[in-house]
Amino acid sequence: MSRIESRFAALREEGRVGLVTYLTAGDPDSDTSLRLFAGLAAAGADLIEIGMPFSDPMADGPVIQEAGQRALKQGMNLRGTLALASELRRADEATPIVLMGYYNPIYRYGPGTFSHDAVAAGIDGVIVVDLPPEEDGELATPARDAGLDLIRLATPTSDDHRLPLIVERASGFLYYVAIAGITGTRSADSADVVTAVARLRRFTRLPIAVGFGIRTPEQAAQVACAADAAVVGTALVQRLALNLDPDGRAKPGLVDAVLADVRALATGVREARR
Amino acid sequence: MQVPNSLRGGPDERGHFGIYGGRFVAETLMPLVLELETAYGAARQDPGFHAELDYYLKHYVGRPSPLYFAERLTRHFGGAKLYLKRDELNHTGAHKINNVLGQTLLAGRMGKRRIIAETGAGQHGVATATACALFDLPCVVYMGATDIERQKPNVFRMKLLGAEVIPVHSGTATLKDAMNEALRDWVAHVEDTFYVIGSVAGPHPYPAMVRDFQSVIGHETRVQLEKAEGRLPDTLVACIGGGSNAMGLFHPFLDMPHVAMIGVEAGGHGIETGLHSASLTGGRPGVLHGSRSYLLQDEDGQIRDAHSISAGLDYPGVGPEHAWLHDIGRIQYVSITDQEALEAFQLSSRMEGIIPALEPAHALAHVAKIAPTLPREHLIVMNMCGRGDKDIFAVADHLGVKL
Repeated sequence: MSRIESRFAALREEGRVGLVTYLTAGDPDSDTSLRLFAGLAAAGADLIEIGMPFSDPMADGPVIQEAGQRALKQGMNLRGTLALASELRRADEATPIVLMGYYNPIYRYGPGTFSHDAVAAGIDGVIVVDLPPEEDGELATPARDAGLDLIRLATPTSDDHRLPLIVERASGFLYYVAIAGITGTRSADSADVVTAVARLRRFTRLPIAVGFGIRTPEQAAQVACAADAAVVGTALVQRLALNLDPDGRAKPGLVDAVLADVRALATGVREARR
Repeated sequence: MQVPNSLRGGPDERGHFGIYGGRFVAETLMPLVLELETAYGAARQDPGFHAELDYYLKHYVGRPSPLYFAERLTRHFGGAKLYLKRDELNHTGAHKINNVLGQTLLAGRMGKRRIIAETGAGQHGVATATACALFDLPCVVYMGATDIERQKPNVFRMKLLGAEVIPVHSGTATLKDAMNEALRDWVAHVEDTFYVIGSVAGPHPYPAMVRDFQSVIGHETRVQLEKAEGRLPDTLVACIGGGSNAMGLFHPFLDMPHVAMIGVEAGGHGIETGLHSASLTGGRPGVLHGSRSYLLQDEDGQIRDAHSISAGLDYPGVGPEHAWLHDIGRIQYVSITDQEALEAFQLSSRMEGIIPALEPAHALAHVAKIAPTLPREHLIVMNMCGRGDKDIFAVADHLGVKL
């Protein structure tokens, strides 16, 4: 059983939904980033998403765009992201780690080499925002051979005609993008999410994580009622950004401030099904 | 690599030209891109759509644009005979309007009431704002803050035409960032919005659709040159940013093996300096803005800044069909530096009374290199795809003239 499967099985057993947290690798610098990621599991994150910085993140709002720019300026790249994951894995054998980003850095690295190196680093899955099912064969095949889950996305525009194609070769979990829009711009409507997730379940038995537009513990709890996990990204990156000095360097309390938010979100999600 | 019998049959049903092209977009946009493909497929088969487009191209744009024998330049070069395809005489001053009218009419057929576009130099933005004024559609144009600074007259034109111009500050604040922002807008307004892409770039079906709308340039050229010289051209020359004016001129001639074609990229300060916009000459294959093509990028796949004196060529990518034609060797791609383009800009102004845009000045600079070496019966057609009114401030600045 993969780490992702085990984690969702354990969550089901506990009768609760999971919290997935997103932060960009290397933001605001490698050292702080590593300390942040290393503290996530203890703060209540059930699954860790690591953003792979990209110069042109067309599905992201300003907050995550800037996180990527900060990371790139500090010299972060795909190789460094894999090294970061590898370091996390050494200290935590259980928490699933998923990479999220855009295709060009993976294409440049080579989809086969990437799949192999990602699994060797202890990474469990990858979400590639600009790689729809029509184009993902060149990554899906080496990923499957290496044992890396290619996590597919469903959105409010994915109709009943399209969903079978999306779930056909999906693995790990299904990521439901709760809003038609970019990250961090508007809040997801929980009634819509409940309806959408119910519809998705007619097409797949995979666990469903809901992301985009979830900022507060309350929203996370509402969304969590319907799904198997709630993903929070922009709100955490924004907290990080609020703890930078004018030169973009981490202030002393940055790690604690972000992890405190993670704890609050974890509490919100945990109270959801009581 | 397998080369098909006809070079004009692409892309395949999935939008690929060889390994290039495709639909690398967020899942949210996939149903929209597929809907567009269906709608364009239907419009393409509909004589009513073509009749409407032809009406506006003739009466509103002023097509056909003349094919003009550039007698003085020909004499000056002392070799091949040079014809200029005068697309700079179109309404709004460039070839961009050919494509914009096609896409805007298509938007109307699809019931999309809100138009968005990206622009670099502002020519595509002006053309889109113009079509939106004509058809009474709300228009939002995304433009990099850097480009807004260096293309002020076009920004004011767009505003006069009723468009909302939104400055883009993210990334490098140029054309690629404007395109990112337009894609972000589209993802957030999926119900009512049509994204009018300005070049043979973006996800399928845009590269093929924009090429089809621009092919009017090549079709007219063939008829006009037949009339003037009774034969086909020997060499076609056009500048390449994304590559729409070049594709429009070249595509109808692709299956005629004796017609040579040269695409001229912006070499900026010179390819060896790294400060250029020549994706085919100085880039590598990658994925950006919905398709796979040649891109300026670093080892990690991060997109690099493009550099050119011409804002319209200042883009780190190129249309996927060009990438394919480059790899199979059908079209030759070369580059011209800022300095060479500036010289050609002045040469055209003095010798023919045509102030060219800086974009086709790159094409003319290459003509200046090859024409003298070719025999007098050799026919060159160069696409004069835009006029230079928008560039006079930038050129004055480079020449050290204070206006």
